[in-house]
Amino acid sequence: MLGYYLDLALRSLKRNQVLTALMVLSLALGIGASITTLTVFRLLSGDPLPQRSSQLFYPQLDPYPIDQPFSRSGKMPWLMTYIDAMNLVHARKAQRQAAMAMTQVKVIPMDAGKKPFFSDGVMTTADFFPMFDTPFQYGAGWSGADDDSRAQVVVIAGFLNDKLFGGANSVGRNIRIEGHDFRIVGVLRHWEPEPRFYGLRLGGHDYGQGDAVFMPLQSARADGMSPQVTLSFGPESTDVAHLENASSIWLGVWVQLSGAADVSAYRTFLSHYAAQQVSLGRFQRPRVSLSGLTQWLDDQGVVPDDVRLQVGMAFGFLLICVVNTVGLLLAKCLRRSREIGVRRALGASRGAIFAQFMVEAAIIGVAGGVLGLVFAELGLWGVRQQPVEYASLAHLDFGMFAFTFAVALVASLFAGLLPSWRACVVAPAPQLKIA
Amino acid sequence: MEIRPILASLRRHRIPAFLIVLEIALACAVLCNAVFMIGQRMADIHMSNAIDEQSISVITLNGADPDHSASDIPRNLAALRNIAGVEDVATITSMPLDTNAALNSFTAAPNGKSQVNSSEYFLGSGAEKVLGLHLLQGRYFNATEYSDSDLRGFQSTGHVVLITQSDAQRLWPGQNPLGKQLYSGETGWTVIGVIDDVLAQEPAFNGGDGSHSSVFFPLHPRVELNDYILRSNGQDRDRVVQKAAQLLGDLEPGAVVEGRTYAAMRDTYFANNRSMVWMLLLVCVVMLAVTAFGIVGLTSFWVGQRRRQIGIRRAVGATRGHIMHYFQTENFLLSTAGVVIGMGLAFGINLYLMRHYELGRMPWYYLPIGAFVLWLVGQVAVLAPALRAAAVPPVVATRSV
Repeated sequence: MLGYYLDLALRSLKRNQVLTALMVLSLALGIGASITTLTVFRLLSGDPLPQRSSQLFYPQLDPYPIDQPFSRSGKMPWLMTYIDAMNLVHARKAQRQAAMAMTQVKVIPMDAGKKPFFSDGVMTTADFFPMFDTPFQYGAGWSGADDDSRAQVVVIAGFLNDKLFGGANSVGRNIRIEGHDFRIVGVLRHWEPEPRFYGLRLGGHDYGQGDAVFMPLQSARADGMSPQVTLSFGPESTDVAHLENASSIWLGVWVQLSGAADVSAYRTFLSHYAAQQVSLGRFQRPRVSLSGLTQWLDDQGVVPDDVRLQVGMAFGFLLICVVNTVGLLLAKCLRRSREIGVRRALGASRGAIFAQFMVEAAIIGVAGGVLGLVFAELGLWGVRQQPVEYASLAHLDFGMFAFTFAVALVASLFAGLLPSWRACVVAPAPQLKIA
Repeated sequence: MEIRPILASLRRHRIPAFLIVLEIALACAVLCNAVFMIGQRMADIHMSNAIDEQSISVITLNGADPDHSASDIPRNLAALRNIAGVEDVATITSMPLDTNAALNSFTAAPNGKSQVNSSEYFLGSGAEKVLGLHLLQGRYFNATEYSDSDLRGFQSTGHVVLITQSDAQRLWPGQNPLGKQLYSGETGWTVIGVIDDVLAQEPAFNGGDGSHSSVFFPLHPRVELNDYILRSNGQDRDRVVQKAAQLLGDLEPGAVVEGRTYAAMRDTYFANNRSMVWMLLLVCVVMLAVTAFGIVGLTSFWVGQRRRQIGIRRAVGATRGHIMHYFQTENFLLSTAGVVIGMGLAFGINLYLMRHYELGRMPWYYLPIGAFVLWLVGQVAVLAPALRAAAVPPVVATRSV
């Protein structure tokens, strides 16, 4: 039966080529636009560390004075003071914990003749590597003892190793950062969490090639490296050389907690800590917050408003396209009332007529999906030409590929429902009489 | 034109009529909001900036040796001045729109509170001339003020400041700002001049009224003065940038040098806005085309279905004009219904966007603009089917198919 419906549908579509082309085109445009924007949206709202994200949490405290709050709308401060960050790291109440800040560093190649260049660097503590499960090509991260002794050690990214040492095992060799020698203890394999969640609000880049160097926080600070972002709340102006004692927030802290019990225990610990700081007079408000990784990304609005607006607009456009297809299909099938009358008179059931028209709609859907895929590829090519950090990452993956067809089919079947229903309720007798 | 027969016939084709109305309503709602957003983006892209944008190029020097700045900066300036085509050179800490913002809040009273962040610019000697600032009141810094001013914790140790006209009006409305004290915390500086509005380093960080909130201090040669601004003739710009970047790279082998024209910096800053405008424009055009094709398709179907009726009307005396008018009026009625619903929808979408995104209220005149465009699209789309209807010969009436 299906073969017969297909044959009928193809004949009918061929009979009215302009109308068919219009329907396919309009559906394809709507689908192309929706899939393009949705791909970008998914790319931006993706999970940066799928294997770990459920265990990573971002604690926040509020050291700001009540009469001069961090935000007028009551948001918690994004970052922490050095004192609080170190207290949390040293308390070791979570499975793993690390404090971090982003910095820009000048790397001076050891070979004479090579030009110095600036790179993104991370100043952090030892747990950074095991907590984020960073893959190592050579060597490993540094230890807690290295943190305390302010060891001049560094972990470098694979791309920097390629650039400086041609990809060879460089563990044990030195590189010169901001005029100080650092001994390489580890080289990362390709590691680019998208977005780079740990640099959010710390002034790092959100997408693109990862950070180049990772150094122990205290060593880097002792060598005069300064964080990208410092926000001050004290009356005195802040001196970047003495941030450790200043009324400034400039560090992000991440902790690893497995299981709901651990999370609630850590939340209690944070509350106690804040209450204690209030009684010591350091804080005025005991409020705390502990967000999971995905929630933190959502709250911070990693997906730009522009991208959200584009998704909304594209789906509005798809709706218009579907309404348009409904109208055109309806026009087509009402025109064929006589043909339907003849088929009904010859014994076709209502269900058969309904199925026939739905098959026709489905064919349009599949054609619209194929063309829509072409438009989506075109749209994503356009996105890749944009001057944004995530541009080069915009590609259609298999899931989206399948989704395109699902959307096309659902949209066209939805569009076909009304016309098919109208067609199957056509009464045969009057149509035959007219003839 | 009699409307009643049209309404009677539409009542018999409720569903197709409803679909056209719905499509026009949706298109009108999206169009109004898209055009409004385009307008806002364009306003951002064309934000005024009272410096001489077309003549300036910027060479940024990062990682220079701070201990030798006092002697290196004058040496570099002298060398840059010798490049053919360079009219003047000076240094500054950062440029408007270079997204590396140094922000501070300033108030008219000590320890005051402000909702606006201001961009802080520190000028090296002569930078006001190279930038091409427009002095509206008072004077620029003198040589002593330049040489005596230092930085402590990124705050000026000098005693004088230049402010923009917007800030003058915001902080001292209706008063003469000259001689007033501008405070940050407890420290105060005397306002010695008011200049025309210069854009902030990163307007998005300055808060609603702060896109032109910029404060200028003098500074003697220090490593923080890492932007070298060059003034040159328009045609020479690209050559000058290349030459200057090369020269500074040779003079400062330990530093990282990057050269750009100011026009390119401004383009980069607004690139996102520009691509959003193109994308919105594209969506609008394609959407209007789809809507038009939908109207063509449905009206053609109507015409095909009513060939006999049209023939009869022609046979009993209706002219071609009457038939054309019939379809045009019908489309006008449908469009009107569509845009009325669409304007309501557009208003609703705008309210939603205002609540969830940083978008202002849409001025009322965008609604009639959207409505007018859709009326026009409808009339253009209906033209071809209406002409075809008018061409139906009266003899059709006499044929029994």
